Amino acid sequence: MEALAEIKNLTKAYGRKVAVNDMNLTIPRGRIIGLLGPNGSGKTTLIKMMSGLLRPTSGSILINGCRPGIDTKAKISYLPERTYLQADMKVCDAVAIFQDFYPDFNPERAKAMLDSLQVPQDARLKTLSKGTREKIQLILVMSRNADLFILDEPIAGVDPAARDYILNTILTNYNGNSSILLSTHLISDIENILDEVIFIREGQVLAQMGVDQIREEHGQSVDSYFRRVFAC
Amino acid sequence: MVWNLNADRPIYSQLVEIMQMRIITGFYKPGDRLPSVRDLATEASVNPNTMQKALAELERSSLVITQRTSGRTVTENMELIRETQRQLADEHIRHFFQSMRELGFSREEILALIEKSTQEEEIVWKL
Repeated sequence: MEALAEIKNLTKAYGRKVAVNDMNLTIPRGRIIGLLGPNGSGKTTLIKMMSGLLRPTSGSILINGCRPGIDTKAKISYLPERTYLQADMKVCDAVAIFQDFYPDFNPERAKAMLDSLQVPQDARLKTLSKGTREKIQLILVMSRNADLFILDEPIAGVDPAARDYILNTILTNYNGNSSILLSTHLISDIENILDEVIFIREGQVLAQMGVDQIREEHGQSVDSYFRRVFAC
Repeated sequence: MVWNLNADRPIYSQLVEIMQMRIITGFYKPGDRLPSVRDLATEASVNPNTMQKALAELERSSLVITQRTSGRTVTENMELIRETQRQLADEHIRHFFQSMRELGFSREEILALIEKSTQEEEIVWKL
């Protein structure tokens, strides 16, 4: 089967600073993949180029055989590091925006999840806790029938119970045809839900391996392996 | 029975062991229909592909049988379940002996210690 995304010789430079450096990467279908790397390794830059928010300096990205643009945006559901929803928006307004923007948005699925979260539809986002806002944003993103879900740090800055809720939401909405690419520093919390991990450092792919492959070959968790590989 | 997963061993083999335990202890009874891969994966908070791989392994050992229409069921072959139980017991015993040897005990000393603990346990039982 054709790969979901093919990245070839991808480079992004901000002036003299090279964030992504001649990167090659294949994202298979039907996988949950962790994008792991220290701060400043190029994770967010890579994600933004895949989502079509940044233009590569050189190299190519193909998603379903298409270059990032209108077609790929309709097939990628992207959760940015920081929310873009307006603080004085109501929950139902945010749902309406997603419904308006994305033909693959499933409002029933979103409503069922928001109900189980017991968030009133007319609550304004600014009155809700940071954890609840992050959950709402994730619910909206996961309620699309996208081919690729790209989640940038979905569990950063929320408490462990909210983290469990978020991982559970990712798992229950994941279907075998789509892939999920999620970046994080909190490896130990998420490694059980991952098929494979991509380690990146200084804008290049260091390794792409199965989680159980790492555990089998190295007798340690991905988290400990990561700490060893990236030890300063 | 909770899904207690260690960090240093492959997730898939731990899932196989937990499912074997659930079948041996009768948490899932012979002939019972198992929950779907998706439900089991969510319950264990693991990747569905990993759970799928674990169930495929249980199918290979015939402990779990795939029905064409009704999903997966637990085997009704009691001998096979007892055999799995014995295999797990052997593994526990092997690990036990290994740790005891690492602690510096001889075979005779280990057996004597087991004997002593068995007696103490009987006293506790009687109380």
